[in-house]
Amino acid sequence: MKIPVAAAIAIAFGLVVLAGYFLPLPELVSLRTILVQWSMIIASTALFVGVANLLRVHWFKLRKGGTASAYSFLLIASLLVTLVVVGLYGPTGSWSLWIFNSIQFPIESSLMAILAVVLIYSAARLMRRRMDLFSLLFGMAVLLVLLGSAPIFGIEIPFLYGPDGLRSLIVQIPAVAGARGILLGVALGTIATGLRILIGADRPYGG
Amino acid sequence: MNIVDILISPEGLGLVFLVVFLGSMIVFAVAGKNRPGQNLRGIVAFSRLGKAVGLAVEAGKRLHISLGWGGVSGMQGISGLLGLSVVERIARLASISDRPPVVSSGEGTLGILSQDTLSKTYRTIGEARQYDSGQGRVSGLTPFSYAAGVLPNIYDEQVSATVLAGHFGSEVALIADASERTDGLTLAGSDSIQAQAVMVAAAQEPLIGEELYAAGAYVNAGPLHASSLRAQDIFRWVLVVIILVGAALKLVGLI
Repeated sequence: MKIPVAAAIAIAFGLVVLAGYFLPLPELVSLRTILVQWSMIIASTALFVGVANLLRVHWFKLRKGGTASAYSFLLIASLLVTLVVVGLYGPTGSWSLWIFNSIQFPIESSLMAILAVVLIYSAARLMRRRMDLFSLLFGMAVLLVLLGSAPIFGIEIPFLYGPDGLRSLIVQIPAVAGARGILLGVALGTIATGLRILIGADRPYGG
Repeated sequence: MNIVDILISPEGLGLVFLVVFLGSMIVFAVAGKNRPGQNLRGIVAFSRLGKAVGLAVEAGKRLHISLGWGGVSGMQGISGLLGLSVVERIARLASISDRPPVVSSGEGTLGILSQDTLSKTYRTIGEARQYDSGQGRVSGLTPFSYAAGVLPNIYDEQVSATVLAGHFGSEVALIADASERTDGLTLAGSDSIQAQAVMVAAAQEPLIGEELYAAGAYVNAGPLHASSLRAQDIFRWVLVVIILVGAALKLVGLI
């Protein structure tokens, strides 16, 4: 089987980094550290490529016209203005921080607020779409945890609220047990995927 | 430090675990070489995905794959890399479509890799002209800007199905909701517990736990995908037994 050069390099570097984690040989550990540092630098460079890609996609959308092109114009203008401001004043400059605190942070907080509404709507839609035992359990658990999270108009619901309430019981025992079970599966899946990439069966890096 | 000391150290045991895991993957791959897809339990999400690809091709609509913002390093990067396997298979299956799939990601490296995967796939099937670097997009570089950047892809580009395969947070609900509003199929899986909880409510076909990692086996991405599923099943039972034995020993005061 012919192994492309990119795949051979990726497999070799992957094996060196993995061996550096498990075998306490000083040369291997220092080589691993260097390779990981290189990967950090490459990832940082990829960030610039990502920004350039974002700019390119929205430039084409802007040229295509239509109602959505206004958003693309706004994105490109914001990107360029931010680039100039941060370039002139530095990332901790007062104008740079103003952009972050007065524009980006409020916008992302608004999205967070919208998210709360979307989640409630989604939970209601789930009941309509898939009314089975698991959906009912899901709905009941959400309702109990929500009602037990804070007093409603200053009234604490007995058995629900507080450290010994039903809410704490749900959150601390079945929820944690379920989450650990899921994490166990995720960890095994992660190992399997990592090993497939390491031996070159999956090649997300070209080659 | 001799070899025995290394092997009985926590790092050594980890290495042994990996070697045995890899060995079992290879053994199962060789044993199941002539029986691809056998012994896979039915997951509705993947059968619906297959149909959705066919329908999208017929209707001249687009498929959208979202790889999240987890990057490629660390635990959270693996789910994005797995998403790239799904990208490759979907690009192959939808290669005859007038509207090729579009891939969005929230991190530079994943963006480059998604472009590379699409380019490689089209080259391999002799359809290099289908590729345009705009099909692999970086939609935003923070979780919420990423979600906001993905929404126009779904609303404006005649997307009939959205596959979410990667690392997300709770903002994934915004993406899944957009897909629902356009009457598209949403198949969603993530390594993040928080995202999985949200996906159960927001996505039509949520993938829970390790189901996302089974995607490769269900879309026929290669024999090692199916064999690694079998290895995962066996090691899960081994871990369950170890946990139960540990709990029992703790209960009787032996550890």
